[in-house]
Amino acid sequence: MKPKVTVRKFDAVIVGAGGAGLRAAIQLSESGFKTAVLTKVFPTRSHTVAAQGGVAASLGNSEEDHWHWHMYDTVKGSDWLGDQDAIEFMCRKANEVVIELEHYGMPFDRLDNGRIYQRPFGGHMSNFGEKPVRRSCAAADRTGHAMLHAMYQRNVKANTQFFVEWMALDLIRDQEGEVLGVTALEMETGELYAFHAKATIFATGGAGRIFHSSTNAFINTGDGLGMAARAGIPLEDMEFWQFHPTGVAGAGVLITEGVRGEGGILRNSQGERFMERYAPNAKDLASRDVVSRAMVTEINEGRGCGPNKDYVLLDITHLEPDVIMKRLPGIREIAIQFAGVDPIKAPIPVVPTCHYQMGGIPTNYHGQVVVPGKRTQNEIVPGFYAAGECACASVHGANRLGTNSLLDLLVFGKSAGETAVEELKKSPKAHKDLPADAFDRTLERLNRLNTQKDGANVHETRLAMQRTMQKHAGVFRFAHLLKEGVEKILEVQKAVNQTEIKDKSMVFNTARIEALELDNMIEAAVATMVSAEARKESRGAHVRDDCPDTPEHPNGRDDDNWLKHTLWFKEGNRLEYKSVNLRPLTVDTIPLKKRAY
Amino acid sequence: MTTRTLHFKIYRYDPDQDRKPYLQDISVEVDSNDRKLLDALVKLKAKDDSIAFRRSCREGVCGSDAMNINGKNGLACLTDLASFPEGKPIVLRPLPGLPVIRDLIVDMTQFFKQYHSIKPYLINDDPPPERERLQSPEEREELNGLYECILCACCSTSCPSFWWNPDKFVGPAGLLAAYRFIADTRDQATNERLDNLEDPYRLFRCHTIMNCVDVCPKGLNPTKAIGKIKAMMVQRAI
Repeated sequence: MKPKVTVRKFDAVIVGAGGAGLRAAIQLSESGFKTAVLTKVFPTRSHTVAAQGGVAASLGNSEEDHWHWHMYDTVKGSDWLGDQDAIEFMCRKANEVVIELEHYGMPFDRLDNGRIYQRPFGGHMSNFGEKPVRRSCAAADRTGHAMLHAMYQRNVKANTQFFVEWMALDLIRDQEGEVLGVTALEMETGELYAFHAKATIFATGGAGRIFHSSTNAFINTGDGLGMAARAGIPLEDMEFWQFHPTGVAGAGVLITEGVRGEGGILRNSQGERFMERYAPNAKDLASRDVVSRAMVTEINEGRGCGPNKDYVLLDITHLEPDVIMKRLPGIREIAIQFAGVDPIKAPIPVVPTCHYQMGGIPTNYHGQVVVPGKRTQNEIVPGFYAAGECACASVHGANRLGTNSLLDLLVFGKSAGETAVEELKKSPKAHKDLPADAFDRTLERLNRLNTQKDGANVHETRLAMQRTMQKHAGVFRFAHLLKEGVEKILEVQKAVNQTEIKDKSMVFNTARIEALELDNMIEAAVATMVSAEARKESRGAHVRDDCPDTPEHPNGRDDDNWLKHTLWFKEGNRLEYKSVNLRPLTVDTIPLKKRAY
Repeated sequence: MTTRTLHFKIYRYDPDQDRKPYLQDISVEVDSNDRKLLDALVKLKAKDDSIAFRRSCREGVCGSDAMNINGKNGLACLTDLASFPEGKPIVLRPLPGLPVIRDLIVDMTQFFKQYHSIKPYLINDDPPPERERLQSPEEREELNGLYECILCACCSTSCPSFWWNPDKFVGPAGLLAAYRFIADTRDQATNERLDNLEDPYRLFRCHTIMNCVDVCPKGLNPTKAIGKIKAMMVQRAI
């Protein structure tokens, strides 16, 4: 017997209640549209809560700043792979969305004149790359927590309808390719629903848990990517993953770049401030990919610290204890809890740790999902929007700057919401009919999982995937390991297609949820490995041994052949490419240049 | 690598299968990479996939994995395995006082209902200015110790007043949030917020037992915030 699927109708359904989902929800709820927000966890438990250092905006509260400088830094940070229209849009909108957040009640730290406190951050410079500028708007080192709570609170005020602990399972698309909502599982009861909507907004976050060592939460399983890929939507630039320089060695927990913004220094086993050799100008505040590679080089060359020489030290012992207590209180807690050191007295052991997915579901800067079509390479998928880490607008290109992720989710959460509101105002009253096969994919997946015999263990299969990703697609990439990695990850995929759970209960079955999450993670993992193997150049976070720094190809970057976005399609496991938009909205193109800090 | 075996007694109840709750004896090998209780729970789940608990950030900031650990509420991800005495089983139960959905997962509806009842959002009816509303560093400092709450419910579910009157007493988490907005110089609804709490139960059921302070994983002090609201009530009356 087929399980029952109850259909519920809404104007809009938002999947995910982190920063991007909550920001989009404010837009829709305040416009009076009937909106459902589905979330696997209570909204304030979403992973935005863990962001620490701040959100970028050229408010210029402490010194002169300009959105155009911010745009330049972001394009350069992206190693020119970011789309310059989207980047201009984001940097110009930054002040507006940060001020709105302040008006929602966000408890930003303050300067003596009462304005929002700003601190320096990696890669953010004044006057087109000259010297570090204070651009990161911060609430101590708990900016994400303060932001997520402020936006949840605003949604409480706006009476947004949340479906808490509901997991979206699959996208519903009809013959014409239009998106008509999602299927979803109510975790508490195990019952199936379909959310039939005129606008579907994905704000499902990244898939950082596909790597073994990750700063990400358990819930970051790339659910939106999996749903999109299964429904025929390509994933863009998935080879670009950010390894954050400062994860706590062993535990993986994040230590914000704001620590270096406040004056923290990275040291090797000789006590040397090694970043001076790699980035003479920006030093410890160079872009994240640059710092992570420098750290791994130090460790590989035998200058790591500790009994196994496998980490470096983040030193803030020279800072005044008052500054640490005031600006970095959460970091002190984390260091004591997870590294067993009080950073006032001793440096923190850190290693580069997987942190952020630059790629994702392809969108334009209005938050609309776009795919290659007959006429253009960016045709809009009707009814489908994406924002935040699950989306690729693309503003981060090959490497994201710190504080641009919180900005991304505010700007594009809002713009996806605004576009959806405009489209809803234009659209006819009735919902388009659901196709006859609307629930088939979901029912097949659940039936397979419930009846699987002699299958693969979910925990072990996930671990095999994570270890494969870590070994074959890490901070430095090697041609032979990538090639081998593709074969290995396709092997893991076979196991994922045969996972078995012992627990068959209907009530809050977390074993079933973890198996369904693994279905999503593996799509992100395969996309990553296949895209990375194919890109025969070094750019931003993607650096290969067979594409070294040469006079013809500085830093190993090959603009003649590889200044283009990757698109990975699940069907046939194939790749296409599309051009990078080098044309901003109003200013001149930021011309290609060798990247140095 | 050195390993050791941890013994657990875990509260189990799946309404789909079990007639009544029971304590399951189960043990797991942990090694020196496993520092926190959550690490051990993840290993336990790999062994028996039916054990249900919430978890997400694993660094004490999302508030998912609150549970009753050897009789005291806390977060699994911030509880050191080294803190458990050798040879004694670790007893894990769901947060007390809320209905159990399954195993260590409780129904938090009542807890959030109380949080929502205090209007947990900034109220300011002036037209929004072009730039940020100004606030001095000293005014902003008033919010420290208030805004950091992660809504894990360790406090409210350790409070006898909340156990007895979860529908009438706001509880420490909700009252901490109420004072967070009262203390914010940008908020204009102080009187309305005090009116909302002027009732024999909503605020005044706090008898300063201070379990909330004792268990808060973020080191916050709801009792102090409640005291400040009470003082404002008195001041307003005279």
